[in-house]
Amino acid sequence: MDFLQTLKIAIRALRTNKMRSFLTMLGIIIGIAAVIAMMAVGTGASYVISQQIASIGSNIILVLPGSTTSGGLRTGSGGAQTLTSDDARAIMAECPSVAYSAGTVRTSGQIVSGNMNWSSVVMGGTPELFEIREWPVISGRAITQEDEAGAVKVCLLGQTVAENLFGSADPVGNIIRIKKIPFTVIGILDRKGQSPQGQDQDDAVFVPLRTAQRNLVRSQRPEIVTSIIVKAKSEELINTAESEIQALLNQRHRISNSKEPDFSTRNLSEILAVAEKSSKAMSLLLGAVASISLIVGGIGIMNIMLVSVTERTREIGIRMAIGAKKSDILLQFMTEAVLLTMLGGLIGIALGAGGATIVSRMLDWPTMISFQSIAIAFVFSGAVGIFFGFYPAKKAAGLNPIDALRYE
Amino acid sequence: MGDQQFEALKGISFDIAPGEFVAIMGASGSGKSTGMNILGCLDRQTSGRYLLDGVDVGGMTTDQLADIRNKKLGFVFQGFNLLARTPAIENVELPLVYAGLHSKERRQKALIAMEQVGLSGKENNHPSQLSGGQQQRVAIARALVNNPAVILADEPTGNLDSSTTEEIMGLFTTLNRQGITIIMVTHEHDVAAYAGRQITFKDGRIISDLQTSQTSQTRLKA
Repeated sequence: MDFLQTLKIAIRALRTNKMRSFLTMLGIIIGIAAVIAMMAVGTGASYVISQQIASIGSNIILVLPGSTTSGGLRTGSGGAQTLTSDDARAIMAECPSVAYSAGTVRTSGQIVSGNMNWSSVVMGGTPELFEIREWPVISGRAITQEDEAGAVKVCLLGQTVAENLFGSADPVGNIIRIKKIPFTVIGILDRKGQSPQGQDQDDAVFVPLRTAQRNLVRSQRPEIVTSIIVKAKSEELINTAESEIQALLNQRHRISNSKEPDFSTRNLSEILAVAEKSSKAMSLLLGAVASISLIVGGIGIMNIMLVSVTERTREIGIRMAIGAKKSDILLQFMTEAVLLTMLGGLIGIALGAGGATIVSRMLDWPTMISFQSIAIAFVFSGAVGIFFGFYPAKKAAGLNPIDALRYE
Repeated sequence: MGDQQFEALKGISFDIAPGEFVAIMGASGSGKSTGMNILGCLDRQTSGRYLLDGVDVGGMTTDQLADIRNKKLGFVFQGFNLLARTPAIENVELPLVYAGLHSKERRQKALIAMEQVGLSGKENNHPSQLSGGQQQRVAIARALVNNPAVILADEPTGNLDSSTTEEIMGLFTTLNRQGITIIMVTHEHDVAAYAGRQITFKDGRIISDLQTSQTSQTRLKA
């Protein structure tokens, strides 16, 4: 018996009970659609996370001051003022695994240009900062070592700030006021997008570190920095660089083994690993939910196939009487079950892909439908058909032709 | 029934020669249906031998029996037993599907069989669109299509009125004259009268085996 004929018989059988076939498929349709949609959203999410982490810059280590106790209250990490511009320079000069190191201070304030004003983050940083964060200037010029050494009142604008203060006009060369102090705009930074924490990284103004320390941050010691951002020479050297930095700062800050260090280091690859881990856990969870719905759908298929075998006992008898072998009957019912699930799978894939696209349009959430997920869904739906179709088909093939012919 | 054995047939022996038209008669419970099932390779005897076309089918597997049913036997049932929602022509083609023929060859043979039973033009009608007599003709065409050695008919006119019965029996007679062996179970004497030989069963035994017509016998000898 050729397969085409088997397929034809199966299609006829399914068309005979259109509504029933559709309802039976529904379980598989929903299961597969869920798999496809969830995988699309999950892949999109992990893509966004990796994009955002890459946007910070690669191979980065953050050095933050330790906490301090003031009147019995301990501040969090970064509360103490223990790191200085000299520490940042020493890290770059003395740690062999470090490519760049930049001290930064961070403040916020009202920025005024003509009759426009905007509240934003103001970052002071040495010129190395832009190398570390891989953040190019797209118009005008970058902050130079001369600007830094002379504490010149110049600034670079992030895209968001530029748009809010100048609209479509070119801000380069204009004077803006940061906390009422006039600064010359020397350049515009490239668009960076959101940070992993969801902050708009383009909503910031950058000035030379020394300029910020002298004019914008009120501190008893002007050489204090709020953090040091370090770039290791390569990904493999991140951990080496981190221990070199710890050793150097322990020495500079005279920290012995018994004393708690007054700084901490953070390695961004750890954050990346955590993000990957959580996105994997998420996929696993979604996969488990989808598997359960596919199993439930499969049981529905088995149930209906058993009903179908009983209903068509006489037909099976006729076929056997005129020469159908057990294997012919088995194959016929298996084909029917697999056709049912694969058709359901295809509809599910279409629905899932459509659903994912709608989600990404409406919620502005990127989704990615991989060929791999479609292939997995398709194979899986076929496997459900084979697994749950086998028992009913076996039952049909095992019928005695005499009894089957007499069945009313 | 537990392990109690019931002997439906006991001590039976008869030969049917090629080209015969045999009516098997008997009341219900006489063992004629069991005999028919054995002849049709649907059932196997517990003891004794059944030679079909010189081959002992007793030791065959179910798949081998399916093959015998497919190639050497044709079945006609009381209730027609056609596949619903399937065009007449595809019902006729069905044995050829299991014989593994290609669709072109199948269609060709099925068209010839349809013509033999006088149903040309009704190929695409579904069983529900045909009268009882026409449905039985489709069933006969299906039994014929594989050029079987024997056609087994189980009460073929049981569901038909008298004029249609005549029609169908006429068809059987014609086919028999063309050389096809026909074995028919019936309990109606006027239907059995069409056959050349009548074997009567009672309580699992043959009580009479009568040659009623010389026509098939003479043809056999010729």
